[in-house]
Amino acid sequence: MPFILRRLAFYIVAAWAALTANFFLPRLMPGNAVEAIMSKFPNLTPATYHALEAMLGVGHPGSLWSQYGSYLNDVVHFNFGISVSDYPAPVSTLLAQTIPWTLALVGSATVIAFFVGTLFGIFAGWRNGGWLDRLLPGLMFVQAMPYFFLALVLLWLLAVHVLHIFPIAQGYAGGLVPGWDWTFISSAIGHSILPAFTIVITSLAGWMLQMRNVMITTIGEDYVLAGQAKGLPSRRVIFNYAARNAFLPQLQGFGLALGFVVSGAIVMEIVFSYPGIGLLLLGAVQSNDYPLMQAIFLVITFAVLIANLIVDLVIVAFDPRVRTREAA
Amino acid sequence: MTAALTIPTDTSGLAAPAHQLGRWRRLPPKAKAGAILLALFVLAAIIGPMVAPYDPSFQSPNPALSMNAPSAAHLLGTTQSGQDVLSQLLSGIRLTLELGVLVGLIATALSVLVGVTAAYLGGLWDELLMLVSNVFLVIPALPLLIILLGYLPRTGQTATILVLAALGWPWGARVIRAQTLSIRNRDFVAAARETGESGWRIIAFEIVPNEVSLIAANFVNTVLYAIGASVALAFIGLTNTSTWSLGTIMYWAESQEALQLGAWWWFVPPGLAVALMGTSLVLLNSGIDELGNPRLRDANQRAKVDGRRLQPTAPTPVQHAALPQRTSPLTAFLRSFSRSAYIEDRARRVRSTQPSEGQR
Repeated sequence: MPFILRRLAFYIVAAWAALTANFFLPRLMPGNAVEAIMSKFPNLTPATYHALEAMLGVGHPGSLWSQYGSYLNDVVHFNFGISVSDYPAPVSTLLAQTIPWTLALVGSATVIAFFVGTLFGIFAGWRNGGWLDRLLPGLMFVQAMPYFFLALVLLWLLAVHVLHIFPIAQGYAGGLVPGWDWTFISSAIGHSILPAFTIVITSLAGWMLQMRNVMITTIGEDYVLAGQAKGLPSRRVIFNYAARNAFLPQLQGFGLALGFVVSGAIVMEIVFSYPGIGLLLLGAVQSNDYPLMQAIFLVITFAVLIANLIVDLVIVAFDPRVRTREAA
Repeated sequence: MTAALTIPTDTSGLAAPAHQLGRWRRLPPKAKAGAILLALFVLAAIIGPMVAPYDPSFQSPNPALSMNAPSAAHLLGTTQSGQDVLSQLLSGIRLTLELGVLVGLIATALSVLVGVTAAYLGGLWDELLMLVSNVFLVIPALPLLIILLGYLPRTGQTATILVLAALGWPWGARVIRAQTLSIRNRDFVAAARETGESGWRIIAFEIVPNEVSLIAANFVNTVLYAIGASVALAFIGLTNTSTWSLGTIMYWAESQEALQLGAWWWFVPPGLAVALMGTSLVLLNSGIDELGNPRLRDANQRAKVDGRRLQPTAPTPVQHAALPQRTSPLTAFLRSFSRSAYIEDRARRVRSTQPSEGQR
């Protein structure tokens, strides 16, 4: 069985684990989630009460197995129930409204940060001790900052008080109707620059440090020395000999760190009131909107799993050994 | 490879058995800076709440004391309800550091338990435990933390600590397993086995003591993760918002619109404290790493020949006769699903001391 199919099987197991955890958590937790919701929203109808009970498994309608079966069935059909904080909007509608925003912002910013950081890391590792290395302590400091804190500081410096170059919040200027016209798109881009910058700045340092360290280890290999001894141009030695091999562990690290990066970026959305999934999550947490919280968990998990599968595809493209080698 | 050049080796990485002061002097500058910075925070956590000028929760009834910029009376200004930010910060440092250390201890213990058990038992157990760790690693932790804490009562710190520890062990478990695998095959372990020491005795007295530095590095990483994740959770409002942690201060600052009102003294100090605390841990760890891997050391400290810096080459690998291992088809089958079965894990040693990404 080729590498990629095995990895696919692994992600299916991981997805199943996440789905199952998501199913059992509300049933194992102390307290009655439905009561908590009903006390916050006294105007919900008894029908909603029963629907919530069924969804969160409080009233235990049917056996656990039949509940589990219908839960899986619902998830497959993107039926995540009804949001209680935004009653009666279906959770799936709320998700459909917010996912494109997060995907466009967090997705593109993360990919940009990864490639720019990797490129910097290549040069910092090659010229170990050069000027890029002098940035390291500063980078460590930036990397240790929570995303949302950098977001607060940038907003304060560039939008609210010191300079007024960027819009303060939201995903687009008030009064505009989302659509594919130029005014809306330019407004959306203008509003996403600062959030995207925040993600790039904070995560770039991590990718750079990691790539630098792997590069330094790789440069000590015999084949790099052989390449230099043959008199190959530096660029060829750097990219085709050293960086190509150092990039594989970097990709692996990317897959593993993705969950954290995406989570941090999502918390950052709150600061910018960016109309993405992070802001939705904050609302859900504040109003005990359990169906929404759980659906968001699933969406983020699945996004990370799919991204990891893409990482594996890139690994296959980059490493011929993976294509031929049986599992060692 | 063996270069013909004699490379003047810097022996500062080797343990100096002399007096402690000499050892401190030989530490890489990064490790020193990290240790000093961290010591300052530990000091602030211990004596901070005692020397805090005000009660951090005291809400001044005097409206003139609301949102004051830093002054002599309130060195870091006041919040909207007239609370002293400096006093909150000092309490916050204690609570956040306490939580980080507790989570670090519990999660590291779990990592050691899982990692050593997996490597020592080997075979099917190893593959199953690593499969579980890999599943935990690939599922994003923060959203899972959020739904877990969403259901739990937000009264004490216990729930936060336990949940963070429950999700914080897999990374360390992988690293410690890899190290145990290499130690397991060394001669002294074989000797211990021959003399009839029991399995658990070998683990506790032969293997684990040889992994202390790795476990310490892992502990530092886990503390870093715990601080980052707990601050993010507190910022969303998922922890007890009536106790003062660094994240809670920022939660109140954000929810009472400190940013819009221009009260930078409310959200900048706690954020800087988190960032500096994190930096001290990262510095400490990369310093520890440089001790073990001289190639990562700052090139300026390195030997120069004719103005060119020498690049130390990879040390000659020490070959150990591999113990004959029975690999059942089931074990091989399970193993084939992990990425590392296909990719030579070159970065393992390096990445083991990378900051865990939790602080994001």
